[in-house]
Amino acid sequence: MLRLPPFTYLAPRTLEQAVGQIGEAGPEGMLVAGGTDLYPNMKRRQFEPKVLVGLRGIRDLGRISGTPAQGLAIGACATLAQVASHPAVAEGYRALALAAGAVSTPPLRNMGTLGGNLCLDTRCNYYNQTYHWRKSIGFCMKKDGDICLVAPGSPRCWALSSTDAAPAAIALGARVRLVGAGGERVVSAADLYRDDGMRYLSKAPDEILVDVILPPADGWRSTYWKLRRRGSFDFPILGVAVALRSGPGGVIEDARIVLGAVASRPVVATRAAGLVMGQRLTADLIGRVAQAASEPAKPLDNADLTIGYRKRMARVYVERALRELAGLPYDGAPGGAR
Amino acid sequence: MTAGGGPRFIGRPWARVDGPGKTTGEARYADDLVLPRMLYGKLLRSHLPHARIVRLDTSRARALPGVHAVITGRDLPVRFGIMPTSQDEEALCLEKVRYVGDPIAAVAALDEETAERACEAIEVEYEPLAPVMSIEEAVAETSVRVQEHGDGPVPNVHKNVSLEFGDVAQGFAQADHIREDVFFFQGNTHLPMEQHSAVAQYDAAGRLTLWTSSQTPHYVHRALAKVLGLPMSRIRVIATPVGGGFGGKSDPFSHELCAAKLAVATGRPVKITLTREEVFYAHRGRHPVLMWLRTGVRRDGRITACHIKTFLDGGAYGSYGIATTYYTGALQTVTYKIPAYKFEGTRLWTNKPPCGPKRGHGTPQPRFAIEAQMDKLAEDLGLDPVAIRLANATEPFTRTVNHLRITSNGLRECIERVAEASGFRAKHRRLPFGRGVGLAVSTYLSGAGLPIYWNDMPHSEVQIRVDRGGGVLVSCGAIDIGQGSDSVLAGIVAEVLGLAPSEIGLVTADTDLTPIDLGSYSSRVTFMAGNAALEAARKMRELLVAAASAHLEVEPDGLVVGDHRIHAAAQPERGVTFPEAAALAEARFGTLVTVGSYRPPRLAGPYKGSGVGPSPAYSFSAAVVEVAVDPATGEVRPQRVWIAHDIGRAINETLVIGQIEGSVYMALGEALMEEQVFRKGLHKIPSMLEYKSPTFLEMPPVETILVVTDDPEGPFGAKEAGQGPLLPVIPAVANAVYDAVGVRIDEVPITPDKVLAALDQAARGGVGRVGPRRVPPFRFRDPIKVEPPAGWSVPWRRGLPVAGGAPGLPDDLPTGTAPSDARPRDREAPEEP
Ligand SMILES: Cc1cc2nc3c(=O)[nH]c(=O)nc-3n(C[C@H](O)[C@H](O)[C@H](O)COP(=O)(O)OP(=O)(O)OC[C@H]3O[C@@H](n4cnc5c(N)ncnc54)[C@H](O)[C@@H]3O)c2cc1C
Ligand code: SF4
Repeated sequence: MLRLPPFTYLAPRTLEQAVGQIGEAGPEGMLVAGGTDLYPNMKRRQFEPKVLVGLRGIRDLGRISGTPAQGLAIGACATLAQVASHPAVAEGYRALALAAGAVSTPPLRNMGTLGGNLCLDTRCNYYNQTYHWRKSIGFCMKKDGDICLVAPGSPRCWALSSTDAAPAAIALGARVRLVGAGGERVVSAADLYRDDGMRYLSKAPDEILVDVILPPADGWRSTYWKLRRRGSFDFPILGVAVALRSGPGGVIEDARIVLGAVASRPVVATRAAGLVMGQRLTADLIGRVAQAASEPAKPLDNADLTIGYRKRMARVYVERALRELAGLPYDGAPGGAR
Repeated sequence: MTAGGGPRFIGRPWARVDGPGKTTGEARYADDLVLPRMLYGKLLRSHLPHARIVRLDTSRARALPGVHAVITGRDLPVRFGIMPTSQDEEALCLEKVRYVGDPIAAVAALDEETAERACEAIEVEYEPLAPVMSIEEAVAETSVRVQEHGDGPVPNVHKNVSLEFGDVAQGFAQADHIREDVFFFQGNTHLPMEQHSAVAQYDAAGRLTLWTSSQTPHYVHRALAKVLGLPMSRIRVIATPVGGGFGGKSDPFSHELCAAKLAVATGRPVKITLTREEVFYAHRGRHPVLMWLRTGVRRDGRITACHIKTFLDGGAYGSYGIATTYYTGALQTVTYKIPAYKFEGTRLWTNKPPCGPKRGHGTPQPRFAIEAQMDKLAEDLGLDPVAIRLANATEPFTRTVNHLRITSNGLRECIERVAEASGFRAKHRRLPFGRGVGLAVSTYLSGAGLPIYWNDMPHSEVQIRVDRGGGVLVSCGAIDIGQGSDSVLAGIVAEVLGLAPSEIGLVTADTDLTPIDLGSYSSRVTFMAGNAALEAARKMRELLVAAASAHLEVEPDGLVVGDHRIHAAAQPERGVTFPEAAALAEARFGTLVTVGSYRPPRLAGPYKGSGVGPSPAYSFSAAVVEVAVDPATGEVRPQRVWIAHDIGRAINETLVIGQIEGSVYMALGEALMEEQVFRKGLHKIPSMLEYKSPTFLEMPPVETILVVTDDPEGPFGAKEAGQGPLLPVIPAVANAVYDAVGVRIDEVPITPDKVLAALDQAARGGVGRVGPRRVPPFRFRDPIKVEPPAGWSVPWRRGLPVAGGAPGLPDDLPTGTAPSDARPRDREAPEEP
């Protein structure tokens, strides 16, 4: 079988220890939570850290506290299974519960954490391969090489943001608390990401994502739709998170539509969301919004199925998600269900 | 002597004998083996699809601490291959690499990490050659040659076949309607859960033992002897429990030969377990096949002539490819009465991992084509899909135009029962848009009629020993690859001796301890090893009954072999227990050992190429699949599958249904998502995450109908179940998609983007089809013209009795088995004192 490269594993008990250890390890160090993304990547030599700082021993990081009325704080090391089944998440932040519940398989959701999911490495089917395979095709700039194999003329990497939770978190207006040697800061979930397949996070490598802060859920309804080939295992090749706050008479007062897996970071469809502001959701309006929302989706040939297909599905999935929230009949199913 | 009260196990559901070990994790697979002083081996594989090896320097690797041996092609220069006519593989490439993953060196080291580092330290200099990556390129290429051997007319042709049975031109002239269609079946792989693994040990006395996850230990045995230059008598091959094979573990493999050579070189045991990626490179999976099919029919649907051309993308080596090529043309005639039939087939060399046998071996591809075309023909003629198949269905005890002998045949009953159970007639063309049903039929062999290398010996042999405590030990070379051969052996012997299958001891697939079985391929084991076991068990029963008869003073004919006892039929209390009978028999006859063996009757027709296709019996299947197609996403979701399978008679109903459901599952994967695709010269997605294969969430309910036909030559009437039921499901899905949304996807897999493309085309007023447009121009050989057998379509026998004595039939029929017996020649043993 593929073997892990050698490394030293540190198991801090407190956040302070962890911050110290990751700082000391410098560029040789990496954080690990559930390890479901990092260890397979290490086996394929996408990462070869000499030191791993494990976060699972820090008790506080696993906590979920608060209520939908006051807002919720979810510790970064809460597992996806916990997030998916937590009553307060299901009640006030359905998109996140659906997204967490749609990640991979039950065993992976028991190991994988919300923090790890938000920090998930970007993906590309020229990159998520073994060392032997990558050597065969010629290394690309994301690891060991200097060109992009998907877009050879491009100066940048187009690997896909493939986290299910991020679009949901952004649609729900989440913020994340980061703690590093320089102290603590809170940024919006949307600002955590950069449009670059290689440097896809705006946080410093030694900053630890401590928790995800969700605002009060009053009046918001949300959903998450995921395109993948199978009802389990697969990463999203499209994620659609929609959150709506409606006022009296069903008039939409606030809306956020976020697409996942269409670019190197989650794409906030601001213009499309603007179309529903102050409107009632009709089938016709939904069609137009879906069209507008799918425009920023520019898939490349580096994930499952064809580019044209994935692009086209963005419209279909946004439409279905909106119809679901509008109480109109729809085909398909939210979350990872098929 | 009679069997008491009808079969106790045969034809019924019962728990498989290897179940407890496999479900508790106790079963020891090859990779579970750890021997004292064992080293770990790794193969260095080519990272180029096609290149000449200019320089290979292993000195840096040898110098690494912990590395015990490094070998290259020069250490194993003898070529091998599963087919005698395609001895084109090298354990480690000597001069040239032909696909990404072709092995070039092997290392044995203290642990896997060191072995991996050693592989990285091997220096290889290549001269890259242009790769040939598709059927079209292989046909068109004139200067680059992938393999040295071939069959013309262009360099990259492995095999070029043309056969014509009956007068095809006249057949087409008689047709009221003729269709020509082109189909493509993409390649896919077996995806067994267990990766290939082998452990070799060379002992101080100079004997080599290889434990390996293999479907064909006997062929591995032969290849080891050939390549290592050791006599077979100094080699022992033990097949460990196989965690899924599906045809992917039927060849002798480089890692087996290298583990053996490294064990010889180091004097220490060596294990090599492939990574998942390497399993994709070892491959031997489904050939991609491009097909052109022309069929003529009368107004009532009866076929007058059929002509098929197949182009197989073989990959870089022969493997079973010659047989596969013939299989793409062999079995169409077994389901349909085709009075004139022409088959042209070619297998092409490409720079990809070699293709080989996967469940259905070469027959799912043309079956997809012919069943999709039957659907179109039915529509053209205004017939329903059931009617056109019934109009052409073959009959029991007939021959086919290409000289195949059909015995029992439940095809008609399969079609009628599956149509009935699924409500096909009420649903077809009547469901709302987006919902549809599709029907298809198929057939498969119960074992290939000929062995892979020519010989006159039995194909399967069984030895039974009964000890004085009543213990029964069955030895047979057959390997249980999950299909349940252990349970079949135990069930047959238990049935005949009045015991329970779980009480039968088994020694299997060990070339030192067990008599031969050729392997778990071509759905041959139940039929062949089953017949051998039946013969050996009958002989054992005779010995036990003879001894009991003398002791009880009841004539053998008046005795019943009942539940753990042999007793007088008239007086059940007058009897002996099984252990008592065993002790009496041992006292009377000495060591209680009986043997049985099976060799199929000679069935090949009078032409070159007739060796592929004949089988002592054929299974038949018919399937209906109901699908829901989402017209906005193109997603096809199977809702339910009904499948009727002519099993002859089930030895164990649970196992048969398991095989059928497993076949349906695999077929749905092939129909809807699985594809072995390449990009820039290498496998695009060699991982279980990205090579899409269904999970159980994609699996619809399956209703299985077992059709009982009691084959006269099968053990207890049994035929095969392991492969045939896969075949009809794939075209049934395609036909159902058409019924649901009116588009024809003449190409497998039927992915959502293809469905959407076809729907778009239809919406723009086009035909609504996705599939290949044409086959490349290619000069096939001049056909070998063969006269059909006289009176081929007229039944030659009816109502034959069944071997094994299914209810109501005499139970002592010959099974075509060569007599051989370990008993004393003199059957008239002296009276007991
Ligand atoms: C077969 C398979 C299928 C998968 N399918 C999906 C899928 O469908 N959808 C999906 O979204 N993901 C999927 N994943 C990826 C992964 O399992 C999940 O995203 C999971 O949530 C990652 O969490 P983790 O705790 O295991 O992360 P880890 O592997 O521990 O870490 C992932 C990354 O995040 C960093 N990190 C982890 N925690 C923190 C923290 N608190 N602060 C800062 N950095 C941190 C690590 O350094 C690492 O770079 C799949 C993985 C596999 C192997
Ligand atoms: S997008 Fe380009 S650079 Fe980025 S991982 Fe893929 S091939 Fe490499």
